[in-house]
Amino acid sequence: MGEQLLQIENLKVRYGGIEAVRGISFDVKQGEIVTLIGANGAGKSSTLRTISGLVKPSEGKVIFGGEDITAKDPTQIVQKGLMMVPEGRRIFPNLTVLENLKVGAYLRNDDLEKDIEAVYGYFPRLKERSWQEGGTLSGGEQQMLAVGRALMGRPRLLMMDEPSLGLAPIVVQEIFKIIRRINEAGTTVLLIEQNANMALGVADRAYVIENGKITIEGTGEELLKDEKVRAAYLGAS
Amino acid sequence: MEYVISVLLSGISVGGQYALIAIGYTLVYGILRLINFAHGDVFMVAGLLGIYLTATMPVYVSIPLVILITVFLGFIIERAAYRPLRSAPRMSVMISAIGVSYLLQNTATYVTGGQPMTYPVIPFLSSTVNVAGTQTKWVVILTPILVLVLVYALNMLINKTKVGMAMRAVSKDFETSRLMGIRINAIISVTFVIGSALAAVGSVLFFTNYPAITPMAGAMPGLKAFVAAVFGGIGSIPGAVIGAFIIGICETIIKGLPSAWDVSVFSDAFTFALLIVILIFKPQGLFGEAATDKV
Repeated sequence: MGEQLLQIENLKVRYGGIEAVRGISFDVKQGEIVTLIGANGAGKSSTLRTISGLVKPSEGKVIFGGEDITAKDPTQIVQKGLMMVPEGRRIFPNLTVLENLKVGAYLRNDDLEKDIEAVYGYFPRLKERSWQEGGTLSGGEQQMLAVGRALMGRPRLLMMDEPSLGLAPIVVQEIFKIIRRINEAGTTVLLIEQNANMALGVADRAYVIENGKITIEGTGEELLKDEKVRAAYLGAS
Repeated sequence: MEYVISVLLSGISVGGQYALIAIGYTLVYGILRLINFAHGDVFMVAGLLGIYLTATMPVYVSIPLVILITVFLGFIIERAAYRPLRSAPRMSVMISAIGVSYLLQNTATYVTGGQPMTYPVIPFLSSTVNVAGTQTKWVVILTPILVLVLVYALNMLINKTKVGMAMRAVSKDFETSRLMGIRINAIISVTFVIGSALAAVGSVLFFTNYPAITPMAGAMPGLKAFVAAVFGGIGSIPGAVIGAFIIGICETIIKGLPSAWDVSVFSDAFTFALLIVILIFKPQGLFGEAATDKV
């Protein structure tokens, strides 16, 4: 694997008096798929929201491509090549499928044709529906659109918050296949999941977050075999 | 017959002037979910600017300058009174808007001494023209045409340009828009700029017809334009325009009924009665979006 792309150092996030993230550190290397798994409320989403600049940390550092981006706003962070697929997909219901893709490339001023074709290559169904409004798509199609939209920003790091949430198992499998293909095409991926089984299956490395702290780390395979992980997240006896 | 034509013409013209104000309400509401109570007073200030500037310079300089300064005023109001309250409850922002409204009215009283000021005669707009045997001012003919052109341009901006796409995105979801790299504050400023520019154009047309400007002169047209925006479905531009034309025409018809019936004084009350009836049967207005979105 390549060099460091993202380093999180002792990150702490506070909402009022509640500390949602209590000093976590991890890193993502160029070309990897890294996943953070953990239960609801463990601090996964807060971590991702902090990296993308929506939330300011109370302590700690976010270093992306060797540059400290902790104090930057979301626009600057997107400009550096960090795109997020938000939890719950959050596609724009009043924009067409094609516009949703274009809005993902909002800060770019070059030709989008190739990128649009590439997204349609991953998700042919989006092409069929390109003139439909985003709000009329099914849940699975919306998730595809949310991923495609993020790809339009030509991210160096693609962050995904619970892409499997509320989707049928067959759709989840399809989404994860695509995540692997996107990664093989050269995009580094940071994935947050409650569906630990799927996430560990695609991940090169994984971290388990509990109560705002990282408790276990290792490769995807190691964690799939880990007794504690199996008992807590994979539902194995 | 000639009388009917003249009533209809002036109804369409008043409606067009309301439409230009109503768009400002509906645009800002669409993005901030804020009823910008100061908008009618921005319109009044544009009228006063028209008086003061036209007194010292030719019309072809003063009117563009009126639009420019009004745009700047709208921009500053958003920066100073609404942006600091971005994460405050909506009620606080609304009260801030009411405060700005009074500030503008009081400032106008201070500057004018509270005396009604007379809007200058704009050459051409005020000259008369003969339509189907009726004498009328050019402004009456020009207003609906100008409104249609401006609404068409605005529609193109919103549906065909990148800024317009960002406006539509921001109107649905601030946070996700930020994740796409959109600077939402810049987009919000754009909506205030557009709304104020249209109000400034509206002021030139409106005050050519009703030339007396008091510090309260923005209140009634502003309120009616707001009613028009709600009537058409607040947040919808075509709704605001159609609502404004309907209200303008109905109002003028009531004013134009035979004086023996003695109902013309109720024309304002009628506007609001119409609003109540519409809201009973169609609470979201004519073109308003339904309350639920599929997510």
